[in-house]
Amino acid sequence: MACETHLTRVWLILVSNEVERVVTKNNAAPLLEIKHLKTHFFTEDGVVRAVDGVDLQVFPGEVVGLVGESGCGKSVTSLSIMQLISAPGKIVAGEITFEGQNLLELSEKEMMKIRGDRISMIFQQPQTSLNPVFQAGDQVAEVFRIHQKLQDEEAWEQAVELFRMVGIPAPERRAKSYPHEMSGGMAQRVMIAMALALRPNLLVADEPTTALDVTIQAQIIQLIQDLRKEVGAAVILITHDLGVVAEMAERVAVMYAGQIVEMTDVISLFDKTFHPYTQGLIGSIPVLGKVKERLEVIPGSVPNLVDLPPGCRFAPRCRARMEYGLDLCTKVEPQLIEYQPGHQVRCWLYQDTEEYKAPLKDRG
Amino acid sequence: MIQYITRRMFMAIPVLFGILLVTFALARLIPGDPCRAILGEKATDAVCERFIHERGLDKPIPVQFGVYLKEIIRGDFGRSIRYSLPVTRLLVERLPTTVELSFAALTLSLIIGIPLGIISAVRHNSWIDVLTMMWANAGVSMPVFWLGLMLAYIFSLVLKDTPFWLPPSGRVSPGISTAAFYDVWGLSVYGQGLGVAILNFLSRLNILNAILSGNWKLLGDSIKHLILPAVALSTIPMALIARMTRSSMLEVLGQDYIRTARAKGLAKRMVILKHAFRNSLLPLVTVIGLSLGSLLGGAVLTETIFGLSGLGRTLYDAITARDYVIVQSFTVVIAIFFVILNLIVDVSYAYLDPRIKLD
Ligand SMILES: Nc1ncnc2c1ncn2[C@@H]1O[C@H](COP(=O)(O)OP(=O)(O)O)[C@@H](O)[C@H]1O
Ligand code: SF4
Ligand SMILES: [Mg+2]
Repeated sequence: MACETHLTRVWLILVSNEVERVVTKNNAAPLLEIKHLKTHFFTEDGVVRAVDGVDLQVFPGEVVGLVGESGCGKSVTSLSIMQLISAPGKIVAGEITFEGQNLLELSEKEMMKIRGDRISMIFQQPQTSLNPVFQAGDQVAEVFRIHQKLQDEEAWEQAVELFRMVGIPAPERRAKSYPHEMSGGMAQRVMIAMALALRPNLLVADEPTTALDVTIQAQIIQLIQDLRKEVGAAVILITHDLGVVAEMAERVAVMYAGQIVEMTDVISLFDKTFHPYTQGLIGSIPVLGKVKERLEVIPGSVPNLVDLPPGCRFAPRCRARMEYGLDLCTKVEPQLIEYQPGHQVRCWLYQDTEEYKAPLKDRG
Repeated sequence: MIQYITRRMFMAIPVLFGILLVTFALARLIPGDPCRAILGEKATDAVCERFIHERGLDKPIPVQFGVYLKEIIRGDFGRSIRYSLPVTRLLVERLPTTVELSFAALTLSLIIGIPLGIISAVRHNSWIDVLTMMWANAGVSMPVFWLGLMLAYIFSLVLKDTPFWLPPSGRVSPGISTAAFYDVWGLSVYGQGLGVAILNFLSRLNILNAILSGNWKLLGDSIKHLILPAVALSTIPMALIARMTRSSMLEVLGQDYIRTARAKGLAKRMVILKHAFRNSLLPLVTVIGLSLGSLLGGAVLTETIFGLSGLGRTLYDAITARDYVIVQSFTVVIAIFFVILNLIVDVSYAYLDPRIKLD
């Protein structure tokens, strides 16, 4: 995972933004609470355990980063929240509580009312995420027609207003253009307009900048930052770029092979990194001023989600396991525990059992 | 858009010229002696010489072509060798049969093929999908003459004296008035002009004529006559359209924008009918255009089985009789259909897909 961001920059961002960050409001009720979510794909090659016991909480108004290598189940998690998993995929266990309601118990009709209104989503490929045969403005206006039953003209005016809000020049004219006539950045602005149209309480942004040029990336991040404050939406920011996380997120969940392996506030994530996988992710960020022979890339590759190894899913790639000579790792799966207040980690380095003594149990 | 259509129409002119040249040449390349084909094997050399001279068949080929072009531009397709009738009149008489049959068959293929294709795609790999595709694969390879004969056998013989009986041949039952709508309206239409020919042509489209003149008896009777041949003729295009709809729908349903449409809270049914179908129409338009083209030109078997003297049947007879004039002109007419259909397909594409540049 070679990130273009420099570790030093990450630190500068963290320090400068510190004041603005909302510290986890442990007293507030979570806006979204995911418990033991499992989403599996029943394919010919076997059951792909794409999401396999994810726990995640999002509090009102905060930005939660969800990071991890490609294929670890980030998109499947977000689509599960939206209940947009289609065959051969199925949510097989868990709870997704949003504003006090378990979304998994809602009918499709009730879920339709929530999608695009109270929870909305933006995607990695803005240009292909817009329908090529309809005008961009029309696709934004559709949100008002669906949820507020507005007439065509009124919905269109609202859409143009949103185009203005997301900073698209000449909004009246631009609303009439088709997706192929737009750049990726502009298309992502349209997607953001569509997602924020009805001031949702939760925005799920699945790699919103990955497909864009670096300069455009910064603009889009800034736009999401500004608008989510204005709208008051919480954001789940999915990315594999720790730089983006440092820039925007208040809390971060690190995902590996369908599970959360570490979750904490963004400062602690960089300052007191516990999980060997997270350490590997941060180690693979280039460091300014130091010319490394090779980036410290995590050796090996993501396990096959069909035949997962017993024990810790990261074990085959884990250096700490070797260093400390832990046998338990390949036998028993560690649990996600609250190792320090507000800092959860899933690793045998920090977790005792009756007959096993964790080597770093008392490190913090 | 209008500019685009006009430009496309001008672009069709060289194509038409090419078609005229090729059909003219092909008709001359057919082996055999036209004179003896028409007048019989026993025609004497003298008789044949006069015959060929009268028809201008002894002139150099380029001159024949020049004469031919000049006449076509005037709207005169010449006289049939075999029937001793102006070809234009033959066209006015026979083309409506084929046009009506083709449109009926196409309508059937569309109203059944498209929904089946959509359902198969949406319920991908379900029993509906499997059955539909088995049926579609059978349909593509179904011999039309066999199906036609079976249909005629079942509906005209087995179901005789039941309300499901359907006539095995012809276009209208004897005794049913087919008075032209303009006569019913009290217009006096006579003469030889192109306008009259068009009115004549329209009045021979029985269903249209029945509706225009409020002749409900004729309407019911024509539809009854049309059902069997239309069903027989529609099998192949219906199967093609169902398969095409399915595959293009399947591709579209996997696109990112479908997920976006669902994510904004649109009902699944609306996503399919609005966002997906509109996109899957693009490749479908070509198939529909081509299907209609081949229906118009290729209904020989169906027309023969159901005793209809339409374009295909007449053309077939003309080929066996070496009636150059008919072969040439009917081929040209069919080719013109194709050119027009192509134009319509292109224009629909430009209308349906904003990504297509109009210049
Ligand atoms: N429709 C599907 N059918 C089978 N497997 C799938 C499907 N969608 C996703 N997966 C699998 O789920 C895993 C997680 O995918 P995804 O959530 O897209 O990863 P990412 O973290 O890169 O967003 C991958 O291993 C992928 O192969
Ligand atoms: S549990 Fe063992 S293998 Fe897994 S991350 Fe911790 S030390 Fe490594
Ligand atoms: Mg993804």
